Amino acid sequence: MVGIVGYGSHIPRYRIRVEEIAKVWGADAPSYKKGLGLNEKSVPAPDEDCATLAVNASRNALRRANIDPKQIGAVYVGSESHPYAVKPTGTIVSEALGACPFVHTADLEFACKAGTEGMFIALHLVKSGVVQYALAVGADTSQGAPGDALEFSAAAGAAAFIMGSKNLAAELLDTHCYMTDTPDFWRREHAYYPEHGGRFTGKPAYEKHLFSATAGMLEKAKLKPEDISYVIFHQPNGKFPVNAAQKLGFKEPQYKLGLLCPTLGNTYSGSSPMGLAATLDAAEADRLILLVSYGSGAGSDAFIFRTTEKLLEIRDMAPKTRKQLDEHKQYIEYGTYAKFRRKILRAE
Amino acid sequence: MAMHVARNWRETPERYRMEAAKCKKCSAIHFPARLICPECQGREFATVRLSGKGELATFTIIRIAPTGFGDLVPYAVGIVKMDEGIHVMAQIVDCNPEELKIGDRVVSQFRRINQEGKNGMILYGYKFVPDLGL
Ligand SMILES: [Zn+2]
Repeated sequence: MVGIVGYGSHIPRYRIRVEEIAKVWGADAPSYKKGLGLNEKSVPAPDEDCATLAVNASRNALRRANIDPKQIGAVYVGSESHPYAVKPTGTIVSEALGACPFVHTADLEFACKAGTEGMFIALHLVKSGVVQYALAVGADTSQGAPGDALEFSAAAGAAAFIMGSKNLAAELLDTHCYMTDTPDFWRREHAYYPEHGGRFTGKPAYEKHLFSATAGMLEKAKLKPEDISYVIFHQPNGKFPVNAAQKLGFKEPQYKLGLLCPTLGNTYSGSSPMGLAATLDAAEADRLILLVSYGSGAGSDAFIFRTTEKLLEIRDMAPKTRKQLDEHKQYIEYGTYAKFRRKILRAE
Repeated sequence: MAMHVARNWRETPERYRMEAAKCKKCSAIHFPARLICPECQGREFATVRLSGKGELATFTIIRIAPTGFGDLVPYAVGIVKMDEGIHVMAQIVDCNPEELKIGDRVVSQFRRINQEGKNGMILYGYKFVPDLGL
């Protein structure tokens, strides 16, 4: 049996409200809030990037796993905002944790799905027996173009999972994937902001892949929606995952623990993994968790985990996700946000 | 801007992991590590990692910043008395510098320190943030 031995998240301290962004662009805040199911989003400090978020989340995972970092044989960092175009984020994370030099490292990229990609690889690598422990991180500090709808949701955060084969906090039951080549969202090399296919991002993209992955996963595991205690879907906004849950036969008590987007925003590669971290923070033992990511381009990874008694022992050993989200925040105005996100350029 | 790739790289253990040297003879902890113990002249050390926890011993607020730190002003630079007993100087972030007090509990986080221009190396290391007991 393989699964999660430690997990952790990191959320920047700063927040900006939908009203504050809407004010600058003359947009109607109430309709954006209602349309996107979003009130505010996290903003990284000027000294935070994908690598720092990944390291801080991984340190929290290491506290819960309580293992020697030298035992980590693989480190995968999924992001679409790696700080270097060429030079791995994974080596920075491995070095900061103390996992170097006997470690396999790779940076992954697949829009918002890169985090669960790392989890998929880490779990199956441990299962194959190649490594004792593997770390997977989803971390992003994503940007939306000023005035674009994405600017209301593009947020920052990270979640990290250490996979192993003993002392499991959550056991992996099975995985399932659903991929096609679908051009709903992209960013070309050297382009600063992404492009998206407008309404094409809904039904043929998010819904088709996420619904198919969910249905396939449940069928493969011979389970029904009511057998699942907690469900986490990718959260590009606060509305898509709720609509998806309802259409697929899940009810609010099943998705509420993992639904962070209304006050966090879309943390891209960190999105559904952070939802999983928040769920593990509060889940009961011996319950099934369904996690389904979505990444534009496009595809979904699905996982079913079963929580164990061990989870209850380790979860207080590092900061909880909800607490970081709800209690550790400072609101900023658009001017400060624009400075933090380097939307205002100064002379060098 | 001058590139200091090799020097920065050599400082990785202390910047990334807060690795200190503990004297095998007198148990004094040195951060950054030293070759000779100033307490007992011992030359043998064990590598230890600082816990990252401590309290603010003193601080100052920087309003006119050196190159590369301009976007951060006003920001605090403090001396933190680590729980291991030694003192470490670093930036204190994620706070309103005006609200800091000597004796505040702080914890280390991994942050971007600076970058060598737009196309150069990014420097990472430790900074401290208020310990909110999260
Ligand atoms: Zn000594």
